[in-house]
Amino acid sequence: MASNPQTDPALEALVGQKYRHGFVTEIESDTVPPGLDEDVIRLISRKKGEPSFMLEWRLKSYRHWLTMKEPKWAHLRISPIDYQSISYYSAPKSKANAPKSLEEVDPKLLETYDKLGIPLHERARLAGVAVDAVFDSVSVATTFKERLSKAGVVFCSFSEAVLKHPELIEKYLGTVVPYTDNFFATLNSAVFTDGSFVYVPKGVRCPMELSTYFRINAANTGQFERTLIIADEGSHVSYLEGCTAPMRDENQLHAAVVELVALENAQIKYSTVQNWYPGDENGRGGIYNFVTKRGECRGANSRISWTQVETGSAITWKYPSCILTGENSVGEFYSVAVANNYQQADTGTKMIHIGRNTRSTIVSKGISAGHGQNSYRGLVKILPSAVNARNYTQCDSLLMGDQCGAHTFPYMEVRTPTASVEHEATTSKIGDDQLFYCLSRGISAEDAVNMIVNGFCKAVFKELPMEFAVEAQNLLAVSLEGSVG
Amino acid sequence: MLSISNLHVRAGDRQILNGLSLEVGAGEVHAIMGPNGSGKSTLAQVLAGREGYEVTEGSVSYRGKDLLALPPEERAREGVFLAFQYPVEIPGVNNVYLLKAGLNAVRKHRGEPEVDAFEFLALIREKMKLMQMDESFLSRGVNEGFSGGEKKRNEILQMSVLEPSLAMLDETDSGLDIDALRVVADGVNSLRNPERAIVLVTHYQRLLDYIEPDRVHVLSGGRILKSGDKSLALELEKRGYDWVKQEAAAA
Repeated sequence: MASNPQTDPALEALVGQKYRHGFVTEIESDTVPPGLDEDVIRLISRKKGEPSFMLEWRLKSYRHWLTMKEPKWAHLRISPIDYQSISYYSAPKSKANAPKSLEEVDPKLLETYDKLGIPLHERARLAGVAVDAVFDSVSVATTFKERLSKAGVVFCSFSEAVLKHPELIEKYLGTVVPYTDNFFATLNSAVFTDGSFVYVPKGVRCPMELSTYFRINAANTGQFERTLIIADEGSHVSYLEGCTAPMRDENQLHAAVVELVALENAQIKYSTVQNWYPGDENGRGGIYNFVTKRGECRGANSRISWTQVETGSAITWKYPSCILTGENSVGEFYSVAVANNYQQADTGTKMIHIGRNTRSTIVSKGISAGHGQNSYRGLVKILPSAVNARNYTQCDSLLMGDQCGAHTFPYMEVRTPTASVEHEATTSKIGDDQLFYCLSRGISAEDAVNMIVNGFCKAVFKELPMEFAVEAQNLLAVSLEGSVG
Repeated sequence: MLSISNLHVRAGDRQILNGLSLEVGAGEVHAIMGPNGSGKSTLAQVLAGREGYEVTEGSVSYRGKDLLALPPEERAREGVFLAFQYPVEIPGVNNVYLLKAGLNAVRKHRGEPEVDAFEFLALIREKMKLMQMDESFLSRGVNEGFSGGEKKRNEILQMSVLEPSLAMLDETDSGLDIDALRVVADGVNSLRNPERAIVLVTHYQRLLDYIEPDRVHVLSGGRILKSGDKSLALELEKRGYDWVKQEAAAA
């Protein structure tokens, strides 16, 4: 993991002084009482000092949301969510209740960090110890911001972007995921508090992988974050998102929206490793993860690639999609989704082919263990205008044990005779034969299962940036611990 | 090295081994022959530690240890090796990776340092030459898309890397053409040494033309009915198994 930012000496030094500089920011101490109405939305907008177009957009979204109902089509069992009991302007964890030091953190959680090989200083932050404000320090920000600004790349919090680049926000916000899109996206549009913003100007190849690790606020921005990434003509950007360690949060709603726009000849690669708290072995607690992620290949020859490793959350409802508008544009979706214990995952993608010669690839690997239920849901839609469009879909399911389930819901709508669509699907069980073969070569049951599962996921892992791939493998091992043997 | 005494094994409600006894010493090569369904493969599987079999009576001692008390991975680390009749495919898991993990597990158990990727690559290249395996083998998944012959060669390659004390070869000759059989047999012969015991499970005498056994046993109805030297195999080839059964019934 040599290229991991954690090992950067400057950062290391900075992190070393965290206890001296610990402070609590205004945002984190600021919590609005539970409940949602127009006044709350006005309050959020005012606190953030937003221009009036933002407030209007929020209110428009809210009014529309009132007319909507929660979607019921997913293969999920969800306890009812009381939207009036949620506080819409606060950090996900109140700092007052946060552990003061690592000694106060659940030892089981620390054990997990140990297995993941997360450095000590990182653990404190991930466990929500009240020291992470130091990461907001200007000097961390400057090391990478300088490099990026030299290249002309804008990478900042969504709130900052609203203030500093309102013209970009106004031009692109809601153009990929409209405020009317779906129940959760509409709710997000009304109440989102922060998130990330990226703009890569024409012809620029972003000089580094952008990650939420760098954009400090993101680690603690509420349940409703919003990300907007714009790759202008001929630009390239790779964005890494994810918290790679379990959070302590319980039964929390997480409804994020991510919008990607790729203009002519631009490329966006968006990688996620999601490991929100999945609930305990009995299915108590855990994050409800309802996320709308969509990218539009707006310009000709553009490319958007989603890679996700989903091991966390009690419920995952997520379909990173591509709208292939530009001619010759390419959409890709590589996914590993794990459902262990009582986790439920309903995830997949949509590939909407509009432009000529557009191509899409879908590789989905679902792993079910314990009582986990894993569904792949994918739509390939090829419009009459998408002459010569091509899609290849491969979705494989791996079952561990006999209490879990794997389900596949592929939808295809092809409206042009020149299109070619291929679909392959397999379901397999971690075979006793495979396991015994490994054991009989001296390999432990745990290592054998990891090996088999990683082999199963190989096609997806190879799409991840290097340091992420290593973390993803470790994470998978932790998530599936004790599932076999 | 290996001492099996009065072994009774059941799978479900079917009695498969019925009082089998066998002594195998270090440096010896034993061939276990017998008709279909006689329990040959079961014996190999039980010794390797496969689940799904119930030992109802008898004992197995391996280098002074109660073999049946050890989990399969411990047996492997203690030097027990099974070359599978039907080696399984594990898609996406690199051949070399699996073998390196196995070797290091064994070495760790013996208190030896683990080998790194470079040392391992050098080692495996040398062993691959012996088994006449193609370079492309290095980048392929475990048995993934291998022909029958390649799978069997891969088993012997694994054996040569893991250097077991007790190697059991379960019908390693089945499905091999004559050239492949020779390569496999040469590989096995090169692994014969005074510290290593080899148990060949086979239907046919053909393999024994290439790998000369010290002892030949006839397994039928879950017991060893007759033992002899290599001439017994030739006799079986000529006369079949029925005469052994009749002889045993008369005794």
